[in-house]
Amino acid sequence: MNIAVCIKQTPDTEARIKLTDDQKRVDESDIKFILNPYDELAVEQAVRLKEANGGEVTVISLGPDRVTTAMRTALAMGADKAIHLKTDRHPDDPLVTAKALAEVLKEGNYDLIFLGKQAIDDDHNQMPSVLASILNMPAATVVIKMELKDDTVTVEREIEGGHEILEFKIPAIIGAQRGLNEPRYPALKGIMRAKKIKIEEREVSLAPEQLIVESYMYPPPKNPGKIVGDSADAVPELLRLLHEEAKVI
Amino acid sequence: MKIIVFAEHREGQIRKVTFENITLAKSLGVPFEVVLMGNTAENAVETLARYGAEKIIKVSLSGLDTYSPDGYAKALAELIKKEKADILMLGATATGKDLAPRVAALLDAPAATDCIHVELQGDRLKLVRPMYAGKVHANIRLNGTVQILTVRPNVYSAIESPAQPTVREENITVDEVKTILKEIVSGAKGKLDVTEADIIVSGGRGMKGPENWHLIEELASLLGAATGASRAAVDAGWRPHDEQVGQTGKTVSPSLYIAIGISGAIQHLAGMSSSKYIVAINKDPEAPIFKVADYGIVADLFEVVPRMIDELKKMKN
Repeated sequence: MNIAVCIKQTPDTEARIKLTDDQKRVDESDIKFILNPYDELAVEQAVRLKEANGGEVTVISLGPDRVTTAMRTALAMGADKAIHLKTDRHPDDPLVTAKALAEVLKEGNYDLIFLGKQAIDDDHNQMPSVLASILNMPAATVVIKMELKDDTVTVEREIEGGHEILEFKIPAIIGAQRGLNEPRYPALKGIMRAKKIKIEEREVSLAPEQLIVESYMYPPPKNPGKIVGDSADAVPELLRLLHEEAKVI
Repeated sequence: MKIIVFAEHREGQIRKVTFENITLAKSLGVPFEVVLMGNTAENAVETLARYGAEKIIKVSLSGLDTYSPDGYAKALAELIKKEKADILMLGATATGKDLAPRVAALLDAPAATDCIHVELQGDRLKLVRPMYAGKVHANIRLNGTVQILTVRPNVYSAIESPAQPTVREENITVDEVKTILKEIVSGAKGKLDVTEADIIVSGGRGMKGPENWHLIEELASLLGAATGASRAAVDAGWRPHDEQVGQTGKTVSPSLYIAIGISGAIQHLAGMSSSKYIVAINKDPEAPIFKVADYGIVADLFEVVPRMIDELKKMKN
């Protein structure tokens, strides 16, 4: 099987997000970056399929040089090849990123393309769906279960209060959601192996962006709350406040 | 100017976010039409009209009997072109979040997902969407001839405003469908999803183990609430992934969020701090959850929660 995984490097979930003084950008100076947690699931699924069926896993990532750290993590988990699409930053418009990724994906003739269902920085939730249209391939995102039999994929995707079961043929695109698998921690052997793999670098030219982030802001601060009490005896007063003041129960 | 509002339905029933979007589209003050695609319940038109849909386009799809994400996306893209619509609005639901980017790519148009503020300035949308699970908000402008957005459920209210609808029928032929919906499996019977719930009762590490979750469930059932969980509780295997609230789980905006035994890690706060009212029950007065809580009780949850259950039962009688 020839498998691709598109990955992104994102700030750690514990990172505080600070804005630059002009609020035009996120200040990245103190941020610890990680492999996007949903992409870990995508890498894991790809590596498991390779281990079961043979083949090769290629990770592809677009962004500045720092993203190669996340690519090394994916290689350490068991991916075989890496292609870095060099840009000075991540575009704001996911369609622009998708177009650049699509060029490389077309060349690779992959049987399956995995991605995380979303990146935890921009939270667009778009990439698997956008690529489905650009590449004219079947796709499912928010996938929590996947089965491959011959050339047919059956997936369960999470919807509000239940699951959808979808079926399609490969080549296809899968957007991974938590629950699909438990990603492995890279073992020392994997880390050593990853160090020896050369990451292929490519220059890309990006299409003009149509989604523009004009500025950022912090969410409005919460008004200081009220400590209603320090024992279970405060419960009637709490319920009264919820009923009469907040009017939510 | 013309806005198309996509009416989302599951098993024939129109979903609440559609009514919210109709109310929102009405408030923008430009013509809008509601598109009803595929097989729906008989009363679908009636329900849409109750929330103010004056113009409804009923689209039948030749060559497609069931839901298909790529089939619906192609049909929607074709409809947008045919109608020369400027804006396509969907709900930021499992379906909307998948369809919007598919349509966007087919039309080479930008899509902004999960918007929490929507304004129209001239012919351009002015949008706010949370990023980093809500740690920051981004002010978004969309260029391009068609602007596509999904709106987060529960942010705008659905207001009844009965209209006499005119219904137009359209037929679109969908060929070469790639992905077919085989089946919808409902979760535990009557289980409410955290992203759709008006009230959420959520438990964390302080619950000490899955055997104590009956407290969360009983409280939730008395309040008609969905049950949520922190990442700690999910990682420990106490609760299923689909209940997780936070940066690697669901982002929620209910009217009331009750955090029980949750300390309030930054990734959790990111996912729930846009709730209208937050209640925190935790014995540690220094827990960060109290910084975002509107009401707090600093005490042992194993005393507070049973008392809440008792008092609510009394209120019900």
